[in-house]
Amino acid sequence: MNVHEYQGKEVLKQYGVDVPRGQVAFTPDEAVEAAKALGGELWVVKAQIHAGGRGKAGGVKLARSLEEVRSHAEELLGKVLVTHQTGPEGKEVKRLLIEEGCKIQKEYYVGMVIDRSTGRVTLMASEEGGMEIEEVAARTPEKIIKESIDPAVGLLPFQARRVAFKMNIPRDRINKAAKFMMGLYKAFVEKDCSLAEINPLVTTEDGRVMALDAKLNFDSNALYRHPDIQELRDLDEEDPREVEASKYDLSYIALDGNIGCMVNGAGLAMATMDIIKHYGGEPANFLDVGGGASAEKVTEAFKIILADDNVKGILVNIFGGIMKCDVIASGVVEAAKQVGLDRPLVVRLEGTNVELGKKILEESGLEIIAADSMADAAQKIVSLVK
Amino acid sequence: MSIFVNKDTKVITQGITGSNGMFHTKQALEYGTKVVAGVTPGKGGTSVEGVPVFDTVEEAVKETGANASVIYVPPAFAADAIMEAVDAELDLVVCITEGIPVLDMVKVKRYMEGKKTRLIGPNCPGVITPGECKIGIMPGYIHMPGKVGIVSRSGTLTYEAVHQLTTRGIGQSTAVGIGGDPVNGTNFIDVLKEFQADPDTLAVILIGEIGGTAEEQAAEWIRQNMDKPVVAFIGGKTAPPGKRMGHAGAIISGGKGTAAEKIAKLEECGVKVAPTPADIGETLVQVLKEKGLLEQCITKK
Repeated sequence: MNVHEYQGKEVLKQYGVDVPRGQVAFTPDEAVEAAKALGGELWVVKAQIHAGGRGKAGGVKLARSLEEVRSHAEELLGKVLVTHQTGPEGKEVKRLLIEEGCKIQKEYYVGMVIDRSTGRVTLMASEEGGMEIEEVAARTPEKIIKESIDPAVGLLPFQARRVAFKMNIPRDRINKAAKFMMGLYKAFVEKDCSLAEINPLVTTEDGRVMALDAKLNFDSNALYRHPDIQELRDLDEEDPREVEASKYDLSYIALDGNIGCMVNGAGLAMATMDIIKHYGGEPANFLDVGGGASAEKVTEAFKIILADDNVKGILVNIFGGIMKCDVIASGVVEAAKQVGLDRPLVVRLEGTNVELGKKILEESGLEIIAADSMADAAQKIVSLVK
Repeated sequence: MSIFVNKDTKVITQGITGSNGMFHTKQALEYGTKVVAGVTPGKGGTSVEGVPVFDTVEEAVKETGANASVIYVPPAFAADAIMEAVDAELDLVVCITEGIPVLDMVKVKRYMEGKKTRLIGPNCPGVITPGECKIGIMPGYIHMPGKVGIVSRSGTLTYEAVHQLTTRGIGQSTAVGIGGDPVNGTNFIDVLKEFQADPDTLAVILIGEIGGTAEEQAAEWIRQNMDKPVVAFIGGKTAPPGKRMGHAGAIISGGKGTAAEKIAKLEECGVKVAPTPADIGETLVQVLKEKGLLEQCITKK
C-alpha cells in the first residue's frame, strides 16, 4: 500500500527520523494557515500524489511570502500533474504539504528494500542523491553502497556508520546520519514496510541530517496488524474498479483492452492475458479470483468485469485446485442472472469437481460457450469479440 | 524415483481442523498419501477423517514418526507454524498459506539457517510424486507417474502444464510448486539440483513469471550444471510495467524482472521456451524427440 509523502514523514517522525516541519493542506486557505503556523520566511509547497518525479513536473514550489504560498497552492490544487511515473493521464492534486524551507548543503540517497535473493532487508545508499538515482544504478552501480541486515540483530550501529562514511557524510554529522538510518530501519520493520526511500536525504547549513522526501510503501499482507497504517489509505489515488475489487479481496488490475478475464491463480491469469494477445485480442483486465473464493466472491468479480463498458466479451479460465469448478460455475451463473448476460461468455473449466461445474453451466439456461483448452478458449473469445 | 516425497513419506497436517485442512486431508488420504497426524493447538485427542489430532508438532512426530508436514494455517499464524515444524526437525515442510507478511518470512529464513528442514513455499500449491504422495492442493487426478520433473512459481499454471503432459502420455516424476512469494524456502536452483541428481527424472519443465531474478539465476545454473533438457514457460509477457516499486526495487534487480529478459536469458542458456501457455506440452515433446528421449518418457499403462 502506498501513502503520501506527508504521511510517510509522520511515520518516520515517530521513530526519531529527522524530517522538515510541515503540515498538510487541502485548500489554499489551509496552506496559508499552515505557513503562518510554521513561521519563518521560506516555505515549500509540495503536491501530494502517489508518484515520484513531482519536482521535475512542477509540483514542488518555493514560496518566499504568504502571498506566494497562496498562489502556488491555488495553482497546484486541482491541477493534473504528469510525471514520468504517473503515466500520460497524470494525477489530480488534491492535497499539499506545506513545509519549512531549509538551506540544503548536499543531497544523498538512502533506501531500504527486501532483497529477494538473500531474503533480507537491504540498506542502500549513495552520495548521488536527488532525482537521477536509477541512472546512477544503471551507469555507475559501484556508487551504490549496500548493507545486508541480519534480522536476528537488526541494523547495527557499525553498519550504519560504515554506510555514512562511505557516503561521505561530513564527519561532524556521521552519528546523526547513523541515527537516522537506525530510526529508518526500526520504522521499516515495526510498520512492515516493503520499501522506504529517502531521496534526497539532505545535510543542511544548520547542521541537520534529514529526509527532504520520503516514500514509504507498506506490505499489504501485513496491514491486518497495522490499523493506523490502514487509515492512511487514499482511495482517490487508486483506480475505482480496483478499489471495488479489493472490498471482496480480489486481485484486479484494470487494463486497456476489451476482453474481460476471470482466472484462478496469478500465473495462469498472466498466461491467459498472454494467450489472448497471442491470438490478436486485448485483455481488459487482470483478475485472480484466488484459491478460497466463494460463490459470492465469484459473483462480485463477474459483476465488476461486466460493469466495464469497454468489455465486449468475457473469458473465464479456471483450473481448479483449492478452487472448485462447481463453485466457479455457481458464481458465474448467479452473477449472470443478477446482472444479465449481454456479452459473449467463453468458459473453460478443468480440475477439481470439473464435471459438476460443467453440468451447472449446461443446466443454467444461459448462453455459455464451452472450451476445452486455453488455446481453444482464447481463439473463441477473440473471434466472438471482433 | 522422485524428489522430496515418495510413498513412504509420513505427513502431518498443521491446521487440520480448519476447513482447508480438513478438505485437503481427505483428498490426500484418497490419493494414498500417508497422512499420519494432524496438529491444531487445543484439539489434541480428537480426530479428523480417522487421522489423530495432536496439540503440538513435537508430540505428533513423537507418536507417529512423521517426517513431513503441510501447513494450512491462516497468514497471521503461519510463520510460527513453519518454525514449529522446523523445531521438530522434520525433513520437509510445505506451506500452502498465501498472505504471510514478508518480514515474517525474513525471520523464518533466518531461523532456518543451520537447521535440517527444507521449506517449500509459502504461497504454493505443494509437491506431488504422482501415484505415491500428494502434499498440497493440486488436483491429483491430472497427474501421472513418469520421468519429467516440474518446478513452478505458479499453482494453476502448473496444473495446465501437467495436464498437457498427461494427455500426451508423458508422466511426471515429481511436480514442485515453489510458490509466488518474494521470500521463500526453496527456489528453482534447489529443485533443479535434485532433478539433476535423480536418475528417474529425464527432463524438466520450469514455469516462471515476471518479477525478481530467480529464472535468470536458474538459467545460468542450468547452463553450467545440467545435462538433462529443460523446457520453460514464462508468464507475464504482456503484463504492464506494473505498480512501480520506486527506485529501490529497480536497483536491487539491476532493472531486471521482465518476462522478455527471462526468456532471453533462458534461451541463451540452452532452455527452449514455449511461445504460449498452450504450447508447453508440444514444446517438451519436440525437445524430447530431438534428444531421443520421447520413447522413455511415455508412461506405459
